[in-house]
This record gives sequence, C-alpha cells and structure tokens, in this order.
Amino acid sequence: MTEPTNAEDAAESETAVSDATERTPDEAAAAAGEFVQFRTVVTTVENKPGVLARVAGLFSRRGFNIESLAVAPTADERFSRITFTVDVASAPLEQVVKQLDKLINVVEIRELSPVESVERELMLVTVKSAVSNDRRHELLDLIDDFRAYVLDQSQTRMLLSLSARPARLDEFEQRLRTFGIVELQRTGRVALPMLSQ
Amino acid sequence: MDINGGQALVKALECEGVEVVFGLPGGAILPVYDPIIESPIRHILVRHEQGAGHMAEGYAHATGRPGVMMITSGPGATNGVTPLCDAYMDSVPLVCITGQVPYPAIGTDAFQECDTTGITMSVTKHNFLVTEAQDIPRVIHEAFHIATTGRPGPVLVDVPKDIVDPNSPRSAMTWYEPSDDIMELPGYNPVTAGDPELVHAAARLICSAERPVIYVGGGILKARAAHELRALAELIDVPVVTTLMARGAFPDSHELCLGMPGMHGNYTAVTAMQHSDLLIALGARFDDRVTGRLDGFAPDAKVIHVDIDAAELGKVRRPDVAIRGDCRLVIAALSEALGDCGGRAAQADRRAWRSQISGWQERYPLVYEQSQPGERLKPQYVLEVLRDSTPDDTIVTSGVGQHQMWASQYWRFDHPYTWINSGGLGTMGFSVPAAIGAKVGMPDRTVWAVDGDGCFQMTAQELVTAATGRIPVKVALFNNAYLGMVRQWQEMFYDERYSEVYLSYEVPDYVKWAEAMGCAALRAEAPEEVAPAINEANEINDRPVVVEFRCERAENVYPMVPAGLSNSDILVDPSLR
Ligand SMILES: Cc1ncc(C[n+]2csc(CCOP(=O)(O)OP(=O)(O)O)c2C)c(N)n1
Ligand SMILES: [Mg+2]
Repeated sequence: MTEPTNAEDAAESETAVSDATERTPDEAAAAAGEFVQFRTVVTTVENKPGVLARVAGLFSRRGFNIESLAVAPTADERFSRITFTVDVASAPLEQVVKQLDKLINVVEIRELSPVESVERELMLVTVKSAVSNDRRHELLDLIDDFRAYVLDQSQTRMLLSLSARPARLDEFEQRLRTFGIVELQRTGRVALPMLSQ
Repeated sequence: MDINGGQALVKALECEGVEVVFGLPGGAILPVYDPIIESPIRHILVRHEQGAGHMAEGYAHATGRPGVMMITSGPGATNGVTPLCDAYMDSVPLVCITGQVPYPAIGTDAFQECDTTGITMSVTKHNFLVTEAQDIPRVIHEAFHIATTGRPGPVLVDVPKDIVDPNSPRSAMTWYEPSDDIMELPGYNPVTAGDPELVHAAARLICSAERPVIYVGGGILKARAAHELRALAELIDVPVVTTLMARGAFPDSHELCLGMPGMHGNYTAVTAMQHSDLLIALGARFDDRVTGRLDGFAPDAKVIHVDIDAAELGKVRRPDVAIRGDCRLVIAALSEALGDCGGRAAQADRRAWRSQISGWQERYPLVYEQSQPGERLKPQYVLEVLRDSTPDDTIVTSGVGQHQMWASQYWRFDHPYTWINSGGLGTMGFSVPAAIGAKVGMPDRTVWAVDGDGCFQMTAQELVTAATGRIPVKVALFNNAYLGMVRQWQEMFYDERYSEVYLSYEVPDYVKWAEAMGCAALRAEAPEEVAPAINEANEINDRPVVVEFRCERAENVYPMVPAGLSNSDILVDPSLR
C-alpha cells in the first residue's frame, strides 16, 4: 500500500456524501457518533502574527470550550483558516460566532451543520505488529477495511495513517487498541460544506 | 517627503484631529516625544500612567472625540492596563500609543520589555504591533477608525523604538496622507442601520404593550441619540429608565423619567421594569447590576433589544425583537414606523400603568434623614447642596463606591455628557483624572469630581498635573473614613464583621495634602458650612480646589437589591419599610 491516490480520495468522499444523504440529519449525526453538542465552525482569518492567540484568548476569556482546533494556510496567502469544534454546552454557538466576529482579524465565519458538511481528520498511529500470524492478518484486514495506509514499518511496529470522519478515527483507534498503540496523533477536524445538488 | 517614524506618528495624530495627548515619556517612547515639541498637539504630563488613561476617558466622554494616551514600554504599559480595561468595559473610544523595545530585541526580555499586545489583547477592542515605519500613518488611522466606529472602545498601538528613532535606519519612511482608502481591515465592517422589517416588528410590539418601559443604556450616549430618544419617548408617552452609564441621556426633570434602575436604583425604576410587559432596551446590555437575579428579572416582559454590537443581542436575555444597529438611526426609524402606525393615538391604553407608576413614586421616594446637630454630614445632603449650587450643565465625574451611587441618585442630570463614571469595571481612582480630562476637553464648563476618601488616595497625585497644568477642576471629597461600600456589605451580609475597611478621618490631612499639591483646599463639617464652602470653591478658577466633607460613616445606600436576589426583593430605606 502507498500514499492515497486521487481515485481513492474520490471514493472516500462519495461514501461521505451517500452517508449523509440517505439518513435524516439526526440519524446521520448520531451515526457519525457526533454529540449534537459539538459544532464545527470554519473561520477565515488574516494571516498575521498573533491571530491564533486572539482566537484562543477569546475562547478562554468567554469560557467557550473547544473540542478540537486546526489551523492552516489557505490558497490565498493573505488568509489562514481556523477550523474548530466547539462544545455548545459551554456556550451557545450563536454567542461564540458573534464574539468571534468582533475580532478585527476574523474575516469570515461559517458554521457547518454536521449533516451538510464533509468533515475529515487525519490520524497518524504507531501500533505493535510483533504478533502471531493470525493477528497480523487481522491487523492487515483492519487496515484494509478502514482504508488506512502503512507509511513505515519495522520488525515490531507499523506506522499507519488514516484520514476519515472523526467518528471513524475513533472507531479505528478503538480497534487498534487490542494490538497496542505505541504513539498516536490526530490533527483535529477540518471541514467544508457539501456541494448543493 | 522623507521623515522618520517618530515624526510620522505625531503627524498622523495631527491628521486625526488630535488636540491633546495625555502621557508620560520613557526610554522606548522617547523618539516620539521629541517631535511633540514642534507639534500643535497639547501634551498633558501625568504623574501616573493610569491617570493618563482615565483623563483620556474623561476627555472622550465629555467631548465625544477619542481620547489619546501615550506611555512608554514595560511598566508604563502595565500601568495603563487598568484604564484600557475600564474603557473597554464602558465602550470609550481611546487610542493608546505605547513604546516598545526595538523590534529585534522583542522576545529577549530586554530592559523594560513586556508583551504589551499580549497583555492588553483581552482589554482592548483591538491592538497593533507596528513593525515597519512605513506602516505608521496607516495603522494610526486604522486605530482611530476602529476606536470610534461600531461599538467604540480602546485601541492600542505598540511601537518598537527602532522604527521611530531617527538614529535607526529602520525609522526612515516616506510620508503619505492617511485616509480610509489605505486601510487594510477586511474583517471589520460595522453595521449601522437597522433592518426595517425588524423595526416594524418592534413598532407593532410597542403599540400593543400595556406596561412598556424604555430601558436606556450607555449606548445611547455613544450613538449621540439623546435627542432621538426624547422624541421617541414623547411620541409614545412611555416612561424611561436611565442606567448608571446613561444618566443624562434623558432629562431627570422630564415627567417620563423614572431615573436609575439596578442594585441601587430607585424603587420606581426597578419595580416598573419588574412589572413591565415590554422592555425597549436601547444601547443597554442587561448588566447583572441592572437585572439582579436573572431568572427573576422582569418576568412578564417581552424584549426589544437595539444594539450596535450583535453579540449583546441574546447574550443575557433572549429578545423578542433584536435589532442590530446604531441607536440613533434605529430610534429615528422606529419613531417613523410608530408615526406610520398612528403615533400616540395608536398606543394601547396605559392609564392604569401610569397611575401605578406614580403610586410607586409617591410611596417610595428617595429619602434620607438629615443629621442631628453635632453629627457628621449626610452625604446625600452635601450632594443636594452641590447640585443646587452649581450650573445646570456642570460635568460631574465620580469614583466608585457609596458616593458614586448617591451622586447618581441625588444629582439631577438634565443634559447628556454631564455624568462621567466608571460603570463596568468600577475603577476606584477614576474621578480625579477623569475630571481633568473632561475639563481639558470642555474648558468652559464647571467640572466637579465627586470622590470617596478611598478612591481619592488612589489617584490624587493627578491634582499635581492639574495644578501645574492650570486645569481648574473641583473635587468634592466625601470623607467617611471608610471604604464605605465595602463596609456596607460587611454590615449587611457579614454580620457587621468589619474587615480591613477602616481608613481614618484625620490621616491623611486632606486639606494639607491638597495644598501641597498646589490646590486650594477647604473643609466643611457642619450642614451650615456646606453651601459657603461650595460657593467659595465655585469662585476659584485659577487652580484646582478640593473641598473635604466630613461625612457620617455609618450611612448606607438605599434602595438596595442584595447581590444574588431578584429585583423584586428590593430593600428601601428603613424609614419607608
Ligand atoms: C481599584 C479598586 N479596588 C477595589 C475596589 C472595591 N471597592 C468598591 S467600592 C470600594 C470602597 C470605596 O471607598 P471610598 O472611595 O471611600 O468610597 P465610599 O464607598 O466610602 O463612598 C472598594 C474598596 C474597586 N472598586 N476598585
Ligand atoms: Mg469612603
């Protein structure tokens, strides 16, 4: 197995689309393992020093609980994108958005409903692979089932990557535990709205 | 034109129409102080940077123009944090210029380095760290634009020394005129006009309300909407309450004015809101000092909430109609919509409501007992005499504590921008520097600072600034020998266990202290001495004057809604119970 190809990427996103369209919003959210209390917000911010500190400072000052946060440049070098998931039990989403909007460096804010957006998160994980042959097959099947990738391996370990819906990462992580996780990193989710049909 | 960054900064301030800067120099800001010598801008040299900030606030409150403070890096900047936070809480337009260590030294713990933008991030509307001399005129223009538009607030500009120091090559720049066209603020688009459909929805709610109250906050003054407010109230004949930040926005002597609501508001203002079926909240933010316990606040009222800051709409109380916009424009639109609906004739019958309100007014006036011979002065009495012995448009600033509440209660504010106090942050020490700033901005007006003995001791040294700068403010010092407001809470809620609230009547000797600072000083101890002392003080216009009033120490502020209780549990003066 190698790095993902475009074709594989497309296959993944098709799954996501059908996932979401065949179910009612609540079912889809539930199936995706999302508590309704976590909502994803995508902000476009000016690419200037200190902007992340302003956003993070606002969250802590106003008592907003952030579940995950991902920051990256955009296609336009003047702007960056901060995608975060907020615990709406800690504060109404509306207040979070309105307070963020007051930050001078925040240019655009989009709230993404879990059912009208495509969410992805990347996980890198090192698992123990010095196991019996049967177990090793089990591991390779698991990697196949989840469409994960083996990025590196040694006598005793495998370094895997998986990009998928956060809930699917949770599931993968759960299954890998039986083999023994040595190290694991997740990026926090990023999201874009689905295309209207 | 090739100039250096320091010259550009001063020139940029001139371009913004700045006439006065309050500040105090130091190493990092030195290069900006040099061109001040040639500039027409007046600089007021303060004795503590906190004073510079409160002066800039007083100036801004009184004039409507942004206040400007200029201080050095490190300790200068940290001393400026309190007034920045104060201005942030009370939405005061302020621009603060701070010196910073040279750009290459940032992050090295250089002498007098502190992370000024980091420290002030949560107490400013926005802040900038300028890194290139060439950016200075643009950033200064952006700072004034942000400070004065939308919901006003403080903006800080941190300026590393190497971009303003003529000895540094990095300070070279080519001058350009700052203008709106060169601003780079893609994320800042303040909204001003309200949505007409929502305005009509609000008008319909108003017409059918039987027990409406107009609840006015400081936003009315920021929007300069006092005139529009009065027209609206008179058009629909609805009573008005003015919060601590809005005193003067609607004349106290107007028959529709119910005065101040809240923790120490008067009974009628508080109770009318409690019984109301429609609160028309204009530039107000449902502060806990106004609402009391939230789930018991105005339980039957629908809410129309108008504010320029969308985040205020629904932050505390869910409105039935929420209109984001500038109060002046929205009120004008609302009056027009109400006129279209038939004006006063279309309003519900509110005779019962009016008579209920006047019943409360008669039954629960503001009262206090005059002192007996030999007792110390009653602060309420002093305020009444002061009110009646000063011009109608006197500007009153206040500290924080009992004296502040009595001043707000007993003064008769009939003009906007005559009451300047620290509402949101409640900053002791506000009144003396704020009075100085107000007087600098409004030199032809009489300015009285109403201050407590505790507050006075926090910023009194600015009277040196006033004396040397010939800024003749007047200070009414309410000496009750106590941190009185805290003493009152200890009496009422801590079983009269008085912990660390006693100051002293005698030490310091306020008369000597004031004289040492270059002020005239008077003391009044008996009721018959009050008016003569005030009259004498009113005659002194060549220097500041301090009048110490020796006041009763055990006097409590009533009415009071104890913290955590509902406004329906309001305690009136014991003599009315
Ligand atoms: C800087 C600051 N420290 C502490 C407080 C808490 N506090 C509020 S009122 C008050 C007492 C003020 O005393 P004084 O100025 O004598 O006024 P009085 O209440 O006696 O009229 C104190 C300590 C505050 N508001 N500000
Ligand atoms: Mg006192």
